[in-house]
Amino acid sequence: MSGNQALDAEIARLTAAFQAAGAQLVDLPVLQPAETLLDLYGEDIRARAYTTRDPLAGELMLRPDFTVPVVQMHMAGGADPARYAYAGKVFRTQELDSDRPPEHDQVGYELFDGANPIWADAEVFALFSDTLSGLHLRAATGDIGVLVAAVKGLSAPDSRKAALLRHIWRPRRFRSLLDRYSGRSQVPQARAALLARQALGEDVVAAAGPLIGLRSAEEIAERVALLAADAKEPPLSAAETDLLDQIVTLRETAPMALEHLRDIAVDLPAISPAVTRLEKRLNALAKRGIDVAALDFEGGYGRTSMEYYDGFVFGFYAAGRPDLPPVATGGRYDALTRALGGGKAIPAVGGVIRPSLVLQLRGAV
Amino acid sequence: MALKLGLPSKGRLMEKTFDWFGAHGVTLTKTGSDREYSARVDGVKGLELVLLSAGEIPRELETGRIHLGVTGTDLVREKLAHWDQSVEELTPLGFGHADLVLAVPKAWVDVDSLDDLDAVAAAFRRRHGHRMRIATKYHRLVRDFLREHGVADYLLVDSQGATEGTVKNLTAEAIADITSTGETLRANHLKMLSDGVIHQSQATLFRSRKAVRDEAEMAAYRALSDRLRLG
Repeated sequence: MSGNQALDAEIARLTAAFQAAGAQLVDLPVLQPAETLLDLYGEDIRARAYTTRDPLAGELMLRPDFTVPVVQMHMAGGADPARYAYAGKVFRTQELDSDRPPEHDQVGYELFDGANPIWADAEVFALFSDTLSGLHLRAATGDIGVLVAAVKGLSAPDSRKAALLRHIWRPRRFRSLLDRYSGRSQVPQARAALLARQALGEDVVAAAGPLIGLRSAEEIAERVALLAADAKEPPLSAAETDLLDQIVTLRETAPMALEHLRDIAVDLPAISPAVTRLEKRLNALAKRGIDVAALDFEGGYGRTSMEYYDGFVFGFYAAGRPDLPPVATGGRYDALTRALGGGKAIPAVGGVIRPSLVLQLRGAV
Repeated sequence: MALKLGLPSKGRLMEKTFDWFGAHGVTLTKTGSDREYSARVDGVKGLELVLLSAGEIPRELETGRIHLGVTGTDLVREKLAHWDQSVEELTPLGFGHADLVLAVPKAWVDVDSLDDLDAVAAAFRRRHGHRMRIATKYHRLVRDFLREHGVADYLLVDSQGATEGTVKNLTAEAIADITSTGETLRANHLKMLSDGVIHQSQATLFRSRKAVRDEAEMAAYRALSDRLRLG
């Protein structure tokens, strides 16, 4: 078989496996409205996606992933529950990583099911595990839901929690916020000076001279008040930030990680429901035939991917080949569907396989 | 063939570049009429001058159509992805200093740092229903900088000139532009963020990594390199 025929055959095999699991095969458009992707992922997407222009439709992007078109298709009138399979190319510019190909095939499976998210997580993971069996892959898992619950459970005002939650997927800014809230980094001088003037009764906004631009004096005054209130907040305790650190740096087999998280939950009870979900998911995975004792769990897994997963996350990696991208990745992305659905979330979990890597590894096995 | 050196074709940047080479024993003279883009070189055999817009020099270096070129480091970093793979910085020339900075309205007393900018971007999006607009012509530099510092919820809008006026004209909330003294920023009621210096640029002599050199061109390069003491 030529390379292309072998790839086509592998794509067909994976697609058939997903259809056999009950998925409806769908065909999704390559061209996506740039505005939707930009609103979702921010300007960063411009460094990764090919942008083109249509005289009528405006700015368009070659799909950098299938998530957005799948969710949009489903929202336009999909059944509940619904299972979809698709195969096709995704396109990423090489600006950030010149070693990766600018286009590659993906075969994906997405499950929209609000009734039983835990079973849905287990179904998707087990399907991927079965479909990729025999390739000696290492499976890594995580659960962003635990970290989200931990942040929500901090003894901090809602404004601080909201700021941390907004940056769950940007570890560096998350860290700098945490340092500030815990008093590990000092209040910036400019801010201290501003608040001191304001405390003396000065109208700091009016004193700054002519106001230009859309942002109003009211908005500025509101934030100054917010900063003043925040400055009076007691710092996050070292004990609490230490617990967060423990969660994001956790790397153990799934059963050990579960034990560890139960210990953390004693001091941070807010994560208990999320830890219980993790336990139920492990049980569901075991019932699906997964050897959960051999499964890796990483507390910070999925924080740097573009897809903004917010629950269960997973990836399959070729053992001993850190040079290769993951063979498959996936996870739960309820928050993303909420952003795309104008506030209406559609519980969804899914993932994609790179058939070319499956072929490459099978050749090596 | 001759070794091709690309130089800015007009203005103070051209004059100062000519002066710099002159001070290093390589005399450059404009030839023909005042408006004609041609020049002569004395002091190095086999060196040919190509007068270009400073903005075009990065791409000419990248493709290897010129062997050497003088332009700002800001333009090279903005126009070339993985710039250090296609060009090499031979020597800074010590003039043409300009900083690419992020600036916001001076009246934003609550905004001094990138931290503040990021927090305000989130609030702005909630309030106004669209992302906070930053006007610039340096899209790649600004985007890379903001990504590295974890700033979100902003939108880059293109501005090829009079960028400092965009906030007043309500087409942007903040700007990222080149400044040398900050005078234009102040005149337009804007202020720099304290940690908002994105890049410090100056005129620099670059070598193309792509341009192939034959023997005559190699000889010319060695002669020039000796004159300029590039080592």
